[in-house]
Amino acid sequence: MSGTFVGMPAFPEAAREAVGNSTLRANLRHATHTIRDKRARAVAELADWQQLREAGKQIKNHTLRHLDRYLVQLEESVVRAGGTVHWAADADEANRIVADLVKATGEREVVKVKSMATQEIGLNEALVAEGISAYETDLAELIVQLGHDRPSHILVPAIHRNRGEIRDIFREEMGSWGRPAPDGLTDSPAELAEAARLHLREKFLRAKVGVSGANFMVAETGTLVVFESEGNGRMCLTLPETLISVVGIEKVIPTWRDLEVFLQTLPRSSTAERMNPYTSMWTGTTDGDGPSVFHLVLLDNGRTDTLADEVGRQALRCIRCSACLNVCPVYERAGGHAYGSVYPGPIGAILSPQLRGTASEIDASLPYASSLCGACYEVCPVAIDIPEVLVHLRERVADRGGKGHRLEKAAMKAASWAMDRPAVLAAAERAATRTRRLHPKKVPGTGAWTAGRELPELPEKSFRDWWKGEGR
Amino acid sequence: MAGPVRSARGTGGSSRDRILARVRTAVADAREAPEVTRAYLTSHTPDDPAAVLDLLHENLAEYRALVHRTDAEGLPALLARLLAEHGSSTVLVPPGLPPEWLGEAGPERVQDRSESTAAELDTVDSVVTGCALAIAETGTIVLDGGPDQGRRRITLVPDHHVCVVRAPDQVVASVPQAMARLDPTRPLTWISGPSATSDIELDRVEGVHGPRTLEVVLVIG
Repeated sequence: MSGTFVGMPAFPEAAREAVGNSTLRANLRHATHTIRDKRARAVAELADWQQLREAGKQIKNHTLRHLDRYLVQLEESVVRAGGTVHWAADADEANRIVADLVKATGEREVVKVKSMATQEIGLNEALVAEGISAYETDLAELIVQLGHDRPSHILVPAIHRNRGEIRDIFREEMGSWGRPAPDGLTDSPAELAEAARLHLREKFLRAKVGVSGANFMVAETGTLVVFESEGNGRMCLTLPETLISVVGIEKVIPTWRDLEVFLQTLPRSSTAERMNPYTSMWTGTTDGDGPSVFHLVLLDNGRTDTLADEVGRQALRCIRCSACLNVCPVYERAGGHAYGSVYPGPIGAILSPQLRGTASEIDASLPYASSLCGACYEVCPVAIDIPEVLVHLRERVADRGGKGHRLEKAAMKAASWAMDRPAVLAAAERAATRTRRLHPKKVPGTGAWTAGRELPELPEKSFRDWWKGEGR
Repeated sequence: MAGPVRSARGTGGSSRDRILARVRTAVADAREAPEVTRAYLTSHTPDDPAAVLDLLHENLAEYRALVHRTDAEGLPALLARLLAEHGSSTVLVPPGLPPEWLGEAGPERVQDRSESTAAELDTVDSVVTGCALAIAETGTIVLDGGPDQGRRRITLVPDHHVCVVRAPDQVVASVPQAMARLDPTRPLTWISGPSATSDIELDRVEGVHGPRTLEVVLVIG
């Protein structure tokens, strides 16, 4: 994934630092609590939410099972509609394809729609290395880019910044990228949005090349879909002459009709709205309307590895709504940067170690960046069992052995075996009480999450023993 | 594509084969996943055109669109009033906008032409369009580039968009009902309220890059 995160400390270290930052914690707490309450109301409006959730899960599972067939069908549909399809096995290949496509237009700058896939592959940095300027146009991405910062949330990447910090960034940085911030800019959200409007409009009106991702691709028709709110997406998707979309292979769905499920679940789960202000759908090119040249870059970059894991592959159902981040007690305290990836929060904790492998310290630590409370599974609109995948990945990390993981390996094996055998569980509980002085005070591997907490002390007798004896 | 671009037959071709082969290997032993069972509702609203229209009105207004009601006879006067109240001296019109919608008087007409630049569109005060349909449950109008709607950019660059919805013909209750009526080969723009952002402390602010004012005129009968 992105070189931005190279050298990140493992989750426990990064989280410990974040937890000590009270501004960050206050910004995050305010934002996540606001959105989780609104989301619950938006979801409660639909009596068939659980049926929509099940349908979303089934559509994605069916697509993943037959991904080869749907990717080939998508390619045919896009080509028939006037587009060109490219396949990229990894980040380097995708970046090279996009850079070559931009150079072929003779242009040296592109405007970008917010896109997780291009963040994941570090496209902006790769384009800069080729002498091409890439301008982020989503307000939150603009704040991150101007602030020389990293995104900390899937939906609102600048969630860790409050209005005062945003005003300071605009005042200090806008001038070196284009139109400076207006004199006397205050920290009112309306004024900040207006400053972004003026700053970016000059870029939209001259842009010849747009770069986007997509929320969905329809195999049957070749239609790509982008959900957004501000209109920056519409600007990038319709004003330039050339449009290049970089999309993960798991974003394909079979039919036009399938979209009706996600058009209902994605906005309510992500921004807690019945519908986001703007959704654009385009099928290849249209004469006289929008870009005359359209390129689709289909990205693997670890997705086929993820698909090969029978438990972990459900992470590919993710539609990037970010509801799991907003309900996660660990995310709320640790912040998005601690996850060391463009995919933070619970979904990041299962997606990043699968896309990147668990060789690095940060990736090996991510499956432990959770309290396994299960809130993420409850809100997931495609019913990804994130706790199940976390436990599965912990086993994988533990199987690799090495410092700090031998204990987890033994613990996981013993736990999953014992949970299936009540008699053994009873014996184990008794054993635990007898060895209680040897137990650690803290859970290994969860770092900062438990740094402020101690494990409850085990009682002298297990509950079962107490029940059988004097307890009755 | 010529030149330095690696085409599907260049290195991209081998990546295509490699990715597809990796996909097939990855799921070779996976359980069959049946096609979707659609147990969800096709509508959440009673099948009553008046109730559906009221819901559309309510949901559009909740997301800060300005909603007006009139009949075919009253439409020209209402549109003239809305443009005057906005102080517009120029108005963009798609090629197939019914001529009777805008009377003889009023702001100067600017035609939707493929040659006009985005910078030229940026100088126009308002745009008036029809729509493909409107969705009551989500408060959404959908444009499909039809003759009374024009190119996607004309409803994007000007700061004031007035959209005419013909009720009950163009009003559906739900997203599934809308999908069945839309043509995916056309470029589609779904609009739910004016441009907005929630990127600053998750406070919703209307008006960023798209039109800051969206007015929806429900023409009944």
